[in-house]
Amino acid sequence: RPMLSATRPQPQRVFSGTPGGQKPAKMPAVSKGDGMRGLAVFISDIRNCKSKEAEIKRINKELANIRSKFKGDKALDGYSKKKYVCKLLFIFLLGHDIDFGHMEAVNLLSSNKYTEKQIGYLFISVLVNSNSELIRLINNAIKNDLSSRNPTFMCLALHCIANVGSREMAEAFASEIPRILVAGDTMDSVKQSAALCLLRLYKTSPDLVLMGEWTSRVVHLLNDQHMGVVTAAISLITCLSQKNPDEFKTCVSLAVSRLSRIVSSASTDLQDYTYYFVPAPWLSCKLLRLLQCYPPPEDGAVKGRLVECLETILNKAQEPPKSKKVQHSNAKNAILFEAISLIIHYDSEPNLLVRACNQLGQFLQHRETNLRYLALESMCTLASSEFSHEAVKTHIETVINALKTERDVSVRQRAADLLYAMCDRSNAKQIVAEMLSYLETADYSIREEMVLKVAILAEKYAVDYSWYVDTILNLIRIAGDYVSEEVWYRVIQIVINRDDVQGYAAKTVFEALQAPACHENMVKVGGYILGEFGNLIAVVTVLFCHLAPCSSTFSQRPRRLSKRCCAMSWLVHLQQTVHNSDQYYVQTSEVVSPVPQATVLEEMPPFPERESSILAKLKKKKGPGAVSVTELEDGKREGGELNGGGERGPETASTPSPSADLLGIRSVAPVGASLSSAGSLLVDVFSEAGPAAPSAAVNDDGFLRFVCKNNGVLFENQLLQIGIKSEYRQNLGRMYLFYGNKTSVQFASFTTTVSCPGELQSHILCRPQLNVQSKPVEPLVEGGAQIQQVLNIECITDFSEAPLLNIKFRYGGALQNLTLKLPVTINKFFQPTEMASQDFFQRWKQLSQPQQEAQKIFKASHGMDTEVIKAKLLGLGMALLDNVDPNPENYVCAGVIQTKGQQVGCLLRLEPNAQAQMYRLTLRCSKDLVSRRLCELLAQQF
Amino acid sequence: MMQFMLLFSRQGKLRLQKWYVPLSDKEKKKITRELVQTVLARKPKMCSFLEWRDLKIVYKRYASLYFCCATEGQDNELITLEIIHRYVELLDKYFGSVCELDIIFNFEKAYFILDEFLLGGEAQETSKKNVLKAIEQADLLQENIDFQTSLFAAPS
Repeated sequence: RPMLSATRPQPQRVFSGTPGGQKPAKMPAVSKGDGMRGLAVFISDIRNCKSKEAEIKRINKELANIRSKFKGDKALDGYSKKKYVCKLLFIFLLGHDIDFGHMEAVNLLSSNKYTEKQIGYLFISVLVNSNSELIRLINNAIKNDLSSRNPTFMCLALHCIANVGSREMAEAFASEIPRILVAGDTMDSVKQSAALCLLRLYKTSPDLVLMGEWTSRVVHLLNDQHMGVVTAAISLITCLSQKNPDEFKTCVSLAVSRLSRIVSSASTDLQDYTYYFVPAPWLSCKLLRLLQCYPPPEDGAVKGRLVECLETILNKAQEPPKSKKVQHSNAKNAILFEAISLIIHYDSEPNLLVRACNQLGQFLQHRETNLRYLALESMCTLASSEFSHEAVKTHIETVINALKTERDVSVRQRAADLLYAMCDRSNAKQIVAEMLSYLETADYSIREEMVLKVAILAEKYAVDYSWYVDTILNLIRIAGDYVSEEVWYRVIQIVINRDDVQGYAAKTVFEALQAPACHENMVKVGGYILGEFGNLIAVVTVLFCHLAPCSSTFSQRPRRLSKRCCAMSWLVHLQQTVHNSDQYYVQTSEVVSPVPQATVLEEMPPFPERESSILAKLKKKKGPGAVSVTELEDGKREGGELNGGGERGPETASTPSPSADLLGIRSVAPVGASLSSAGSLLVDVFSEAGPAAPSAAVNDDGFLRFVCKNNGVLFENQLLQIGIKSEYRQNLGRMYLFYGNKTSVQFASFTTTVSCPGELQSHILCRPQLNVQSKPVEPLVEGGAQIQQVLNIECITDFSEAPLLNIKFRYGGALQNLTLKLPVTINKFFQPTEMASQDFFQRWKQLSQPQQEAQKIFKASHGMDTEVIKAKLLGLGMALLDNVDPNPENYVCAGVIQTKGQQVGCLLRLEPNAQAQMYRLTLRCSKDLVSRRLCELLAQQF
Repeated sequence: MMQFMLLFSRQGKLRLQKWYVPLSDKEKKKITRELVQTVLARKPKMCSFLEWRDLKIVYKRYASLYFCCATEGQDNELITLEIIHRYVELLDKYFGSVCELDIIFNFEKAYFILDEFLLGGEAQETSKKNVLKAIEQADLLQENIDFQTSLFAAPS
């Protein structure tokens, strides 16, 4: 059955290609001008072989025959050589290796018989090997044909160069071909071959193809009378323009006038270049593609003409089709899609953009699957334009429907991409919900990517972080296997950096972990979050303990193990009773039995990148450009406004934790805060200061928030976010500083210095850890990236001051300088001490000298919630002792501060007076300065 | 730019391969195997385009043969589909109602026609008349020569 017997491909099998199948062993009906009967017989034999073995046997027989002919004494005539070379080619194309015959093929090249030459060139084109001796001979033959002035021979030689395209050929011919291309007396067909031959060589060896003096003449090929010459030349010109836009920019006006002539021509004007009533569709597409190498034309007349063309193309899409054949609509729509690409590329004609969007909207519901696919794909880029973003959004229901109902996974994939691209704050909840529900039945091949997309959207458009946490946990529930490390690390990273969501996250994972079966990733996330923030559900834990008697899910057993492991089993209430869980191990196996304990006990992973570990993954998956849509979108929508509202949710720069908010210690307005409220950047103040960049006032905004906690955001302005995470043991500490560049611009010369002012130097050692990262911090911080620095801290003796962190970097040429107080306070070196009531009061009395005691009476700055107070005292690092104070309303704590030289015993008593909303805080320490310092620090925490 | 074009049968037999980018034989075989499998697994009526590795595959089935082109991401899918169609038209016109057997027995002709139509992965000449004219001129040369050789040398 002939292939073209119907417009649609025939489902019936007409010819069997398997050697063993039933098939006609007849010769082909047409064998124009072909005398190679031996070849036809051989092909028939192969097709009649009943098995693979028989085929191999027949081939080996033939190879032996050919080899003997080639080696034989009798010189072979050209015809035989041609026939055998052709047989070798056939054998090669069947998938067998060929290791001889190259020389005979090369001999054919210098035959003066066209058909022999042609087979020789075909063999070389398909089977070239980089045998240098052979290449030299081949190049010689090509050289002869190129200078033969016989256009048919010249074309064969040029085809061969274009097919092989090796560097050796570029070296031999790159300078010759431009001459052939622009010479006045070159035949059109040779010009066409020369143009594409040159293109191939340019792609292989751009350094060898020097257009120089030829540039202008090559560009003017766009004006050539012969449409075939223009069609071939424009591919070359487009490629060259991409690499050297300035040198080729005169092509813009030529391309516009050529396009205009084609678009306005009647469907018969172009004769054989009209394809199913569409004038020159290939050339039109290429012209539109060439224009996409350039910005909109500056010349008003040229631009006007082009806009007219684009409008005509859009208008034609609305006209009734001139033919019912699919070729007609395909050719017409190919031009339309290319025109829309150009409109999107210009992104400057709102009218055209909206028309393009409407047109694509029509295609979204077209009965042709191909058009629906392309419309979804094209709309994806349209969604990134500020002019058409809203118009694209109106199609959301259609796209969601496509995601649900399309039968072809590649179309559904496009729908998912488009939903991702059209997502913004207004529709994020709907889109994420749809994607999540699609994920339940999604094809395995696209699940991982869908998971990444949901994770990115949830983070990017989180209006409240509880929604974010819910979404990610749902994601793990639905597609746990596809949630990569990047995704679940990220949720932990965000929870750590956002103290307003920590409580909610802890509560939610706590609930989630009570399900009878949890995905491993859920357990991991739960483990980390509860490990860090379990204390924040102290308030609700009590409730939980009442609601769900937990005795079956956790039993405790004292044993030394890590704190995280303890937290793993989310027994916050344990922390209240036994305080620092370092010494305790909670039997976790009942809760987390599917996860090996080794996993549970793994170290918290560091967060090397603040913004885009997930995004980077998506980019890697999809190749560059795949996520550019949304990135573009960000750049555009947020414009110059740097307090990246879109990036991090509604609250950004100065989101103090609820506790810090109420501290009322901001009598001296912190530099960052006052300036950001004035709408300018902190950095602007200093940008004028020149290279000397005076040190900024010390910012201790974040400092007091960290007295009772170790992790969180220390500082944030429009440019920079600094997060910390710290661990202390005995008199040693390690602090991880995370510097996140919130902008899309690189920070240059990024340096940080930690200094201990005055006496502090002799009291603590605070230095970047060199053995972990050879460079303390990278001198460059890319836009959106996060870098990490580790500080090792050693407490030599007790201290009151705090070390200072100075950060300098260049942002857009201006030097930024920032100094922060590092939240290293004496209480970080507490070891909790458990003791009975009797011991406590005995020691309390021993520390009775006036200078050993410090006391403060102060007004409560926060609600006097028992659980909150307990959590803070635990965070302070001392042991909270129950049943010690005769008054159950009071809190007493005990701990020992570990310095290098000595241990300082400390006792604390906090007496709340709920009626007066006051506290009395008393500290007694074996060293007087310590009492005073702790009292100062703590008095600002309640 | 087109990266390669493959013609294969419903049974997965490769009938023609044209590579416009340099690849090793091993890579070519691997790509062919994977792609043939992927395309054959698709149902009729599905979209003619699919993303595969970092390429865009455009394919169409004609009778028992699949025509399959790999293009770069930004290339126009619909016009590639019509490249395939024009090539089928050229084969059809040349062989007269072309069928798979014509391509098997005259594979070299299929290559020559393709070279006149596409070069280096780009359209060289889209006019059907011009492409066929070039091929027929060559055939004319060939027929004269064949006539002579058949007189003097008996083909084996």
